[in-house]
Amino acid sequence: MTTASSDRLSKTTAGVHVGFRRRLDNTPPWWFALPAMVLFAFVVLVPSARGVYYAFTDWDGLDPNYSLIGLDNFTVVFHDPDAVQAIWHTLLIAAAITIIQNGIGLLLALGVNSAIKSRNMLRVFLFAPAVVTPIVTAYLWRNLLGPDGAVNSLLGAVGLTRWQQDWLGNPDLALWSIVGVIVWQFAGYSMVIFLAGLQSVPREVYEAADIDGAGPVRRFWSVVRPLLAPAFTINLMLSIIGGIKLFDQVYALTGGGPGHATDTLSTLIYKDAFTLGEFGYSVALAVVLTIIVAIASTGQYVVLARNERAAS
Amino acid sequence: MNRYRRRTFGLELVMIGAAFVVGFPLYVLVNLAVRPTSDTSSPLRPTASPTMENFTEAWQRGALGGALFNSVVVTVFSVIVVLAISSFAAYPLARATARWSRGMFLLIMLGLALPFQLAALPLYQTMRDLGLLGTPWALVLFYSGLQVPFTTFLYIGFLRALPRDFEDAALIDGCTPVQGFRYVVFPMLKPITVTALVLNAVAVWNDFFTPLLYLSGSGQQTMPVAISGFVGQYVTNWNLIFAALVISIVPILLVYFALQRSIINGFAGGLKA
Repeated sequence: MTTASSDRLSKTTAGVHVGFRRRLDNTPPWWFALPAMVLFAFVVLVPSARGVYYAFTDWDGLDPNYSLIGLDNFTVVFHDPDAVQAIWHTLLIAAAITIIQNGIGLLLALGVNSAIKSRNMLRVFLFAPAVVTPIVTAYLWRNLLGPDGAVNSLLGAVGLTRWQQDWLGNPDLALWSIVGVIVWQFAGYSMVIFLAGLQSVPREVYEAADIDGAGPVRRFWSVVRPLLAPAFTINLMLSIIGGIKLFDQVYALTGGGPGHATDTLSTLIYKDAFTLGEFGYSVALAVVLTIIVAIASTGQYVVLARNERAAS
Repeated sequence: MNRYRRRTFGLELVMIGAAFVVGFPLYVLVNLAVRPTSDTSSPLRPTASPTMENFTEAWQRGALGGALFNSVVVTVFSVIVVLAISSFAAYPLARATARWSRGMFLLIMLGLALPFQLAALPLYQTMRDLGLLGTPWALVLFYSGLQVPFTTFLYIGFLRALPRDFEDAALIDGCTPVQGFRYVVFPMLKPITVTALVLNAVAVWNDFFTPLLYLSGSGQQTMPVAISGFVGQYVTNWNLIFAALVISIVPILLVYFALQRSIINGFAGGLKA
């Protein structure tokens, strides 16, 4: 006991002592970063740079002879009704998921953070879909949302026959069905992030609000909400970026159809490159996607950083 | 926090209702997976004579054993490599203030923002030219690079909040920088390593787009691609498909329920870092 503590003591004092006498250069060597940076460059940086370059060519993915064609691919993108529609779908899905998933996630977090008896079980259970493979849950829902699927059966069983729909085959509904499937799977994810934020709110803060006579709504809005700013930042970031890049669920649920009613940028990129062989055009779409992601994340970062400063 | 009041009971009922919304599709999934194809009653009705036949049939016809093995191999190796190289890289990037360090950090941030769809197509061509298409090792290589920005970013954030005294002491005691990292710094990174492990493992295991591109047409599949192929092949036989879906979900849920505390904390952990 004594030897151990005195040993530790002498080590610390030695460290401080030496540290005072001369500045140690103990910065870790730069080559520690080398393995990671090499792999990162090989897999992400170099191919991305090449992707940007190919976007200005008529390359088909195979033929070594291709030529620079300037902005032609981009001109085509903005004159191609399918592409314009896909951009619109991408933005719509991202916005819808962000609002609905985080709204429900926040309500669930408040519910699970209350005095209810089932809160621990519910937390584990409600989060469970978020770890399951998205392509698998999407195939499950493709059946459930079919004309003879379980959703329509359920509606029929409770007497809502009028509400029965061809959820994925109706072009006006299909996009919203996809949003619903994603919200079903990931609302628990938002919940867990909000819950971590809620649990970091000190008890005294709630008590002080109670003493000041704040009701639950007032208490949430004026006291808890500002303290949730970091959780909002992460949740909004995850759902906006995730929504913009969405591929798996669309691929499995509708394949972009009926027609092009649910095509997103990601499904169009895949189809153009791998079924139509238009690599140059496809990477031009990927560049558009990159620009949208960049605008969304910068804009969001600026707004939320301002809010977080205002809250603290 | 508060006492249990009548309103709390109402809330309890609402929340259990939410759990039913989450549980309903899973009930139908299992209910149809154990149902013989001849039974065409409503998907809601509990299956009268449950059978395990669909599972054995799906397992054999879908070659799901091989896919499961590939998924495990790809996930384990990718996660080990990514955690090792990213924590190693984060150490000097969090500590050094020189220009190369800032430059690399900015590249990492850039990597965080780039959607993988941009790199995916040119990389497909490179992989093809190197003859790496159709092998699970191409995926390990791919994820090892792809997950670097996010993982390194997590480690840098954690390291910057960590005092330097311990590593300084280790160096004074005669450790080389590598030993200092291996025996002093890395053990202190445990909380963020758990977070990075969970998030990377889930991301790699669940990824569909990458193996769809790089393994398609080959006999080697990961679980998500095998499932997708299976659905395409047996598109009308939903009882069989549902059995395959159950097979692919069970390993994930087993791990999840066994380690739920670490996993949920892992997902929430980015918040504290």
